[in-house]
Amino acid sequence: MLAEIGQFSLIIACMLSLLQTVYPLYGIYTRQQNAIESAKLLTILQFVFVALSFVILSYLFLINDFTVTYIATNSNSELPWYYRLSAVWGAHEGSLLLWVFLLAVWSSAVAVMSKRLPIESVARVLAVLGLLSLGFYLFVLITSNPFLRTLPYFPVNGRDLNPLLQDVGLIMHPPMLYMGYVGFSVAFAFAIAALMEGRLDSAWAKWSRPWTIAAWIFLTVGIALGSWWAYYELGWGGWWFWDPVENASFMPWLAGTALIHSLAVTEKRGVFKSWTVLLAITAFSLSLLGTFLVRSGVLVSVHAFASDPARGLFILAFLILVIGGSLLLYAIQAPKVKSRGRYQLFSRESMLLSNNILLIAALIVVLLGTLLPLVHKEIGLGSISIGEPFFNSIFSILVVPFALFLGVAPLVRWKRQSVNELFKPLFHSLLISTAVTLIFLFSFASHFTWLALMGVFLGFWVLSTTCYEVYLRATHRYSLLSGLTKLGFSHWAMSVGHAGFAVLIIGITMTQNYSIERDVKLAVGEHITFEQYDFHFDAVNDLKGQNYSGTVGVFTIKKAGKYVATMQPEKRVYNVQRMAMTEAAINAGVTRDLYIAMGEVLPDGAWAVRIYYKPFIRWIWFGPLMMGFAGILMMLDRRYRVKKTDEGEV
Amino acid sequence: MNPRRKKRLLITSSLIVGLSVAIGLVLFALQQNIDLFYTPTEIIEGKNETGVKPEIGQRLRIGGMVVNGTVKRDPDSLNVSFDLIDNGGGIVTIFFDGILPDLFREGQGIVAQGELIAPAQVNAFEVLAKHDEEYMPPEVAEALKGMDHLKTDTK
Repeated sequence: MLAEIGQFSLIIACMLSLLQTVYPLYGIYTRQQNAIESAKLLTILQFVFVALSFVILSYLFLINDFTVTYIATNSNSELPWYYRLSAVWGAHEGSLLLWVFLLAVWSSAVAVMSKRLPIESVARVLAVLGLLSLGFYLFVLITSNPFLRTLPYFPVNGRDLNPLLQDVGLIMHPPMLYMGYVGFSVAFAFAIAALMEGRLDSAWAKWSRPWTIAAWIFLTVGIALGSWWAYYELGWGGWWFWDPVENASFMPWLAGTALIHSLAVTEKRGVFKSWTVLLAITAFSLSLLGTFLVRSGVLVSVHAFASDPARGLFILAFLILVIGGSLLLYAIQAPKVKSRGRYQLFSRESMLLSNNILLIAALIVVLLGTLLPLVHKEIGLGSISIGEPFFNSIFSILVVPFALFLGVAPLVRWKRQSVNELFKPLFHSLLISTAVTLIFLFSFASHFTWLALMGVFLGFWVLSTTCYEVYLRATHRYSLLSGLTKLGFSHWAMSVGHAGFAVLIIGITMTQNYSIERDVKLAVGEHITFEQYDFHFDAVNDLKGQNYSGTVGVFTIKKAGKYVATMQPEKRVYNVQRMAMTEAAINAGVTRDLYIAMGEVLPDGAWAVRIYYKPFIRWIWFGPLMMGFAGILMMLDRRYRVKKTDEGEV
Repeated sequence: MNPRRKKRLLITSSLIVGLSVAIGLVLFALQQNIDLFYTPTEIIEGKNETGVKPEIGQRLRIGGMVVNGTVKRDPDSLNVSFDLIDNGGGIVTIFFDGILPDLFREGQGIVAQGELIAPAQVNAFEVLAKHDEEYMPPEVAEALKGMDHLKTDTK
């Protein structure tokens, strides 16, 4: 009965989203105030019904209702309750329900929080969001209904959640990532609404900026979480595989990062208007494309679910409709937009433009590398795969101008900048960053490589110019300490975000250049030594968990004779699916991780063991966390809190 | 030329130069990193679509089923070798030095990435098995269609 109620309320939410699209627009067309104002109420009602549906599905998972097909395939009564709850989004149907639910969360957040915006604009935005919701509701209801029953012959127990997914990563990573993905729909809706209205001004940029940043925060943190999860769960210590589905989340991130920068220009200087709109459309289109790639099963990937051609076709049609429609609207309306601001070649505007160009270049590279295998196969040339070195080499080239400009840009003024004025700060930063880079490499690098020198230098270049800029700004009018307290939140946001990027580059460089990965054959009692660490294989014990059993290896790690840690990598076999799983043991640290994963037992009783030394890998996730924190700082800026705003900020 | 036009010209031309450099680099990098997918039969007889056989020394991906009883291990190291077969009947031997994935088993579909070292031998640097009971890469499913004791249909 409950499942039927869940489905029914999903259908109601679907109807409401149709109303939410049509009625307010009709109101704007016929000048009926009531109809325009109904947009907010309809949105909130829609949210209530989809939330009800989502809660019901979660509850059915909790009480192990195996008469529902989706639950029977993805859960089991032995599964701990928190994994039963997160199993809701553990496979195709439920993750789409999560998607529409989050879309409703964002929509109603817009409805509730934009009291200061003209009601007509809000109604337009909500109507666009309603249309997107409608598409996804139809998708869920027609092709991927999570409430389907197994009746009359329902199983006694479920087939269990894939053991790879039974992890804290599943609880956090998908909702975070989806919040980001779906969040770009708000920026998209603002852009489309502005195009419909034919009014693209700084006010538009100002309204959509906090929403875009919010979505970007979730996406940034979501991707970082996914990377961290892959690192410890897949058992081979990689943090990014250029897997098509990772790329699918990375592309909207690149577009979104470009968008938040160009929104800043549009808001403050009134230029780049039509470009910003195009970016907003691009960011969300890429989110949709990502959904298509993941859900249609056209790609070979860790994330791929069993495929169903009908689903792929539906999303493809929806994709074409949304992207085609919005680009058509853009083509008609964008030429009417005039930018009024002027700027010189060497100015903050140009610097941000180069940021955008480089990000879009990176985006095109990822897009090409992701879609080329598909195209290649479809035109009959056979299956191919594009190797990691392709992405790695291109990105290590693109990051050089990107980081160099990133260091300079905050020091450059809007409109125009004299080159001479910048000479001193840049020269100082160059000296400082070179010195720090050399000291850093001497203390932490085991040998010299040019790539490491370049990467670490770029990181410290960004760090030192960022610090220098903060120092200059703070001491511009006041003493250093009182100046620091007077810097606005948005200024801190920029500095912290850029520093986060620097941390990320340093982390990537060190990990990629100085990791030591050993696959070795070890018997109990044997040991292996590298990078001053001694790994001693003490014992193998039995292991028993709630829904798995297996073996656990015990390793004692010593550095120069001193005890460092005891590490216990596990080999689990899950009871229901009889699937073997490697649980790596990780000893984490600021400057290095030690990583041990058990392979298999060899015929003579010894074990195949992976032992890794990963320098600075934590920085790869700490950097994005700093960027996310920077986004929060940005949203706390008084521009987005106070009613009367001061445009002349900084 | 007035300054506005000059500025536009500069921006546009730098854009074009930047773009073409980028495209050139990308295409160059792409060329080096495309790995074609072969089934064991295709390695021996040439690709179905084009009839071209891979050259010795070429990097490629191969997918097929691990033949029962062919997994051989070196007693002193992690070196392992096994045979792959597909529905065309071709057999290719894979050599690998490393840890096989958790779901690697005889009689199962796998994908390996590596270098062709002899007409029917591949030195793999990566071996991938499927991630769960249901899912199998479409290429492998295709190559194994119709073979015994295998679930090739993905529900």
